[in-house]
Amino acid sequence: MAVKEEVIDILNTIIGEDISDQMDDDFFESGLLDSMATVELLLDLEGKFDIQAPVSEFDRNEWNTPNKVVNKVESLIG
Amino acid sequence: MLNIQPYADPKYFVILLLALAPLAIGLYFGKRFALYEVIVSLVFIFLMFNGSKYHEGYALVIYMIWQWLLVWAYTLYRKKSNNSWVFYGATFLGALPLVLIKIAPAANWTHVSTLLGFMGISYLTFRSVAMIMETRDGSIKDFDPWLFLRFMLFMPAISSGPIDRYRRFVKDIVTVPTREKYVAMLEKAVWYFFLGFLYKFILAYILGTLLLPHVEHLTLLSASAHHGWSWWLIAVMYVDGLYLFFDFAGYSLFAVATSYVMGIELPMNFNKPFLAKNLKDFWNRWHMSLSFWFRDYIFMRLVFLMMKKKWFKSRVTISNIAYIANMLIMGFWHGLTWYYIAYGLFHGVGLVINDAWLRYKKKHNVPHNKFTEILAIIITFHVVMISFLLFLGFLDKLWFQ
Repeated sequence: MAVKEEVIDILNTIIGEDISDQMDDDFFESGLLDSMATVELLLDLEGKFDIQAPVSEFDRNEWNTPNKVVNKVESLIG
Repeated sequence: MLNIQPYADPKYFVILLLALAPLAIGLYFGKRFALYEVIVSLVFIFLMFNGSKYHEGYALVIYMIWQWLLVWAYTLYRKKSNNSWVFYGATFLGALPLVLIKIAPAANWTHVSTLLGFMGISYLTFRSVAMIMETRDGSIKDFDPWLFLRFMLFMPAISSGPIDRYRRFVKDIVTVPTREKYVAMLEKAVWYFFLGFLYKFILAYILGTLLLPHVEHLTLLSASAHHGWSWWLIAVMYVDGLYLFFDFAGYSLFAVATSYVMGIELPMNFNKPFLAKNLKDFWNRWHMSLSFWFRDYIFMRLVFLMMKKKWFKSRVTISNIAYIANMLIMGFWHGLTWYYIAYGLFHGVGLVINDAWLRYKKKHNVPHNKFTEILAIIITFHVVMISFLLFLGFLDKLWFQ
């Protein structure tokens, strides 16, 4: 599976609904993701992609849409 | 001897803006006069702690040497190694002066308060402890003694925030905003200064100086007849709660406006907190630089730890524990009195209930319209006002003194 599909998969599980049609929506603004879910996301991404995503690296402005998360993960995989 | 407290009276603003004028002219022409900025900052900080407050000045110097050595030493260590206990130790040592200052009044350690206490110690501690945590995470890699001092002692925010973040601050301070951007920042600064005047010198003055003593007096008078309760208490709640907002929001606007003049975008502290739709929303709007600090450095890290180590199965349990711990720590930070701790507990439990309600609402498709939204805003406002009544300590005066 490509990185994008896997990230969407993780997001769908955490959020509890399909977000693949709202790839550029700010999920903090819509309340779909909160701090709690964010930590789940970071841990799931660490587990899935073998990347380091500490809380300090989590800048809300850089992680606030599904597309941005995909980009972040791709850059962290390098 | 001359002692000048920040943003205390109109004269201060005249002196401040005159002192910052060369800096502003430089920024307008694309130059940042770093040395001049440091000198002006140090002069204003000196004047804050001059005269009757000289012992606070000494405490600040001792404190800065302590934090400077600590963050430096930890950064050096972190380049070689990454032991969790060393990290916990460094965090503890970073927080230690503040912890001692908070325990001192309750334990009657007057010498500790005189030796270590100064206005703004909390806000400096938030900055340095955050740096230690980000260094642990590998997000801050090097210790720059000069930038560390400029970050910690950034004059507009030294006494009461807003609490900036090191990496964000450094991004601003090593560059110069474009002229277009800087002019927009100056426009905002003017607006914030005048809004701050309205908040602090008019509204907070009317509420805190004119109305509050009056309603407090009436509440205390009618208290004895009704076991401490009276309708006047509700007036105290509104007046004191609104005073708290206008006083602190006014101060924060001054700090942000001053930093904009200096070409630094200090984060805002308030975003229409009384229009919050629930308690969680409230904490995303009230004293934001503090609540986001607690969210990022306490709540999220606690959740991270509990999830990674799998201490609890249920994510609801984890978030509830983290909410209560987070808010209790905030309560203890305010001070070791029953009403600050109760205030923390109140908000911790409030956030747990709030989350349960949000889950219920999602699951059962509770109807949502303009009317329910307004109702939610009114309920949230009153829950917050009740918590402020607790926080402000008037109940202690009313019931126990």
